[in-house]
Amino acid sequence: MPSLFQQIKSGQLWDFHGGIHPPARKKLTSQVAIGQISLPERLYIPLRQHIGVAGKLLVKAGDTVLKGQALTAADNAMAIPVHAPTSGKVLSIEAYPSAHPSALPEPTLVLEPDGLEQWRPRHALDYLHTERPHLLARIQQAGIAGMGGAGFPTHIKSGASTGVDYLIINAVECEPYITADDVLMQHEASTIVRGIDILCKLLNPKAVLIGIEDDKPLAITAMQQACAGKADYLVRVVPAKYPSGGEKQLIKLLTSKEVPNGRRPLDIGIVMQNVGTVFAIAQAVEEDIPLISRIVTVVGQTLQHSQNIRALIGTPVGALLDACGFAPEPQQRVIMGGPMMGFTLPTLQIPLVKTTNCIIAPTRHELPAAGPEMDCIRCGACAEVCPAVLLPQQLVWYAKAKDYDQLKAHNLADCIECGACAYVCPSEIPLVQYYRVAKAEIRELAREELKAEQAKARFEARKERLERDKQQRAERNQALAAQRQSMLAEQQKQQILAAQQRQEQQPQETLSKEQIIAERERKKAEARAYQAAKAEQAEGSPAATAETPAADPRAAAVAAAIARAKAKKQADAVAHEPTPADSAPAEAAPATTAAQPDAETDPRKAAVAAAIARAKAKKQAETASPEPTPAESAPVAPAAQPESDTDPRKAAVAAAIARAKAKKLAEQAAATDTSAPDQTNPDQTAPVESAPEVAVPEATPDTTAPDPAAAKKAAIAAAIARAKAKQQSKPTEPEQPS
Amino acid sequence: MSMLTALLALGALALIFGAILGYAALRFKVEADPLVDQIDDILPQTQCGQCGYPGCRPYAEAIANGDAINKCPPGGDAAIKKLADLLGVSAPALDSAQTPAVKRVAFIREDDCIGCTKCIQACPVDAIVGASKQMHTVISNECTGCDLCVEPCPVNCIDMVPIAVTTERWKWDLQAIPVTIVESN
Repeated sequence: MPSLFQQIKSGQLWDFHGGIHPPARKKLTSQVAIGQISLPERLYIPLRQHIGVAGKLLVKAGDTVLKGQALTAADNAMAIPVHAPTSGKVLSIEAYPSAHPSALPEPTLVLEPDGLEQWRPRHALDYLHTERPHLLARIQQAGIAGMGGAGFPTHIKSGASTGVDYLIINAVECEPYITADDVLMQHEASTIVRGIDILCKLLNPKAVLIGIEDDKPLAITAMQQACAGKADYLVRVVPAKYPSGGEKQLIKLLTSKEVPNGRRPLDIGIVMQNVGTVFAIAQAVEEDIPLISRIVTVVGQTLQHSQNIRALIGTPVGALLDACGFAPEPQQRVIMGGPMMGFTLPTLQIPLVKTTNCIIAPTRHELPAAGPEMDCIRCGACAEVCPAVLLPQQLVWYAKAKDYDQLKAHNLADCIECGACAYVCPSEIPLVQYYRVAKAEIRELAREELKAEQAKARFEARKERLERDKQQRAERNQALAAQRQSMLAEQQKQQILAAQQRQEQQPQETLSKEQIIAERERKKAEARAYQAAKAEQAEGSPAATAETPAADPRAAAVAAAIARAKAKKQADAVAHEPTPADSAPAEAAPATTAAQPDAETDPRKAAVAAAIARAKAKKQAETASPEPTPAESAPVAPAAQPESDTDPRKAAVAAAIARAKAKKLAEQAAATDTSAPDQTNPDQTAPVESAPEVAVPEATPDTTAPDPAAAKKAAIAAAIARAKAKQQSKPTEPEQPS
Repeated sequence: MSMLTALLALGALALIFGAILGYAALRFKVEADPLVDQIDDILPQTQCGQCGYPGCRPYAEAIANGDAINKCPPGGDAAIKKLADLLGVSAPALDSAQTPAVKRVAFIREDDCIGCTKCIQACPVDAIVGASKQMHTVISNECTGCDLCVEPCPVNCIDMVPIAVTTERWKWDLQAIPVTIVESN
């Protein structure tokens, strides 16, 4: 039994499950010379054309760029740059429909070619005498991503240093119509082989397998001739069958190996590169030409001459079609990619990108649109053709039922979306569409799950932090309380000592009835003082320190003092209600004068004032919500209108006030719905406070005066707001004034 | 006699097994209620409080103690279905007039922010950065869209903006009418 390597060497091929034989229609373009296209008026270069992240933008609108100049910089491994396809001027960087089934706008650089084709300086590399990292960096800097369709960054795939047994060059091109790789091989076989040389230096494989379908005889001869001197480069002709160009299918065809579920080919020692990618690598290394153009098949019966075109990246699809004599029929469909895996374009503005290999403009008879979907008849044809050996009809049922667990259990992730199942379905069920929706849904769920996990972790961390803070605060308070108590005890001890000393100094001879009475009274006083101290402590008043257990009159004095303090506190509390109105103007006055010079010099002052005014307005709205506000808001609105044409800052203030008012009204409406007006406003001071609020519009007549007056006005508003804030904070701290 | 032997043997067995079971109950004691963890895993962790509990975990505990499972608008019907499966009850409709709309995140209009830190204190997942009298901003990747920061803002400068659909997050639309290009010339 020969080893696998020997079997592969001897030219043995294997087969994969399923597959279909749609009409190839490759003759339309495969023997037509590669066409050129004149420079389009505008080039639209999406900043991200691969799987990964966009690079950092290097140019700005108005810059002049040279041909091949990098427009973005790759700042991490998953980023690859895009380059200017020709010299010209950057018009703008804007959102533009992307070459994606959704055509959602993505950041795109619009370039106006100047027609000079001026190259930036180029530095060719001799790959034999270049270090690996330099070669990989060159591949990354040249912006090369897999050109077969997926657009995976090539430098990552080529960076595997060990364990590569086979390098497979994918030149199968199994989808109908597409001949871009075919003509590339016919014309550039030697360059492709040099590209393989470079990849061999990077990957060091045991053998290179070049897979080509048997319906490309010219390409096969060209490649065989180019590989003539290389014993390890094996051109393998595979029978035409769709989808033998799929990565996993081609690996199975050429090596009999299967890529395990959820793994990559590299895990079984295989690296696969598209033949177009290999060509781009050779060009990037040998001539320092970044990936700025590619061959694209433009085909279809609505075109006068279907052909392959070497087109610049960023060329709008419409320009490509026009170059081929596009005569659209009513309700013309244009497909980007092949007829099996491509997608219909919503607009011809969409640009050609690095992964675009085909544009099809078919007539309605050529590629009829799918008919209405009918019910599944359980014929099982889909399961027979599935190249991934899945159960398509099971999957479609689970997809319809949104049973994502079952979809995962039935390995939906292994589906390569080749469309073979939908092609053979007699009921015309668009199975692939169902899988795509389900896959997107599963991805979204996974993303949400991850996000939920992160949110949970952050929530827990926050809770922990708050708990810790609370504990620390409590500990600090305890420590302070303990300190205060120990100080208190110390004081008491000293006072007792002093009293004892005083007693000892008194003459001892009269140890009679009188002294006994005095002693008793002293004890009583002590007990009273202790009681008083206890009461004081319960209140937390600092007056507790004043207590003296020494003698009778002192205790009385303490009691009196406590009573006075209490009375004062009560009086303060009572007196508070009328005070805010009194104190506000008094406080506002100095604030205004202080704020005036600032406001005139500093424009930011006005913005601050505006914000404060908004804050105040909202606060006011919340406290005084059930008040008859329509009357209040009425004077504001007319006053705000003349302001707006005199000063933009004033307008901002007015807008903020209006916003706050609107919110207030909304809240008020909600409040009246749910509860009685009395309940929502237990605060007696509300009517008093609403009065100065009305004063705001009163001040507005000043605004007709020129700018300084307007600034002054803003400062006044700020001052009023400050005063109001202060006033409101006062009732919460009644101890301060005493 | 034989009956006595049987009784003794069975009694001895009962004692031995009882001891083993008692030991096992102590040795392999389950600390927390694993059901709460399972419920908590299903909940979307937005910590929005729309269920009436201060966070997802408290609601999970409440469900474990018999509260209704349909009080979580962010989780939607999917979460209710999963909870119903887990708890073996029928799945009721969502206890809210609004069905969960598109996912949204908070956005602070920076020109209007006065730096009061009130939204920072309200955010359950610490997704708002900023300091006193400095502009604040939302880390949109961490925002759960719970709306809790909108109300405390004194100047109304927080908007809830829907997350933009990108090509990565785009879901194929089955119902889309296949777009065709109308004849241009």
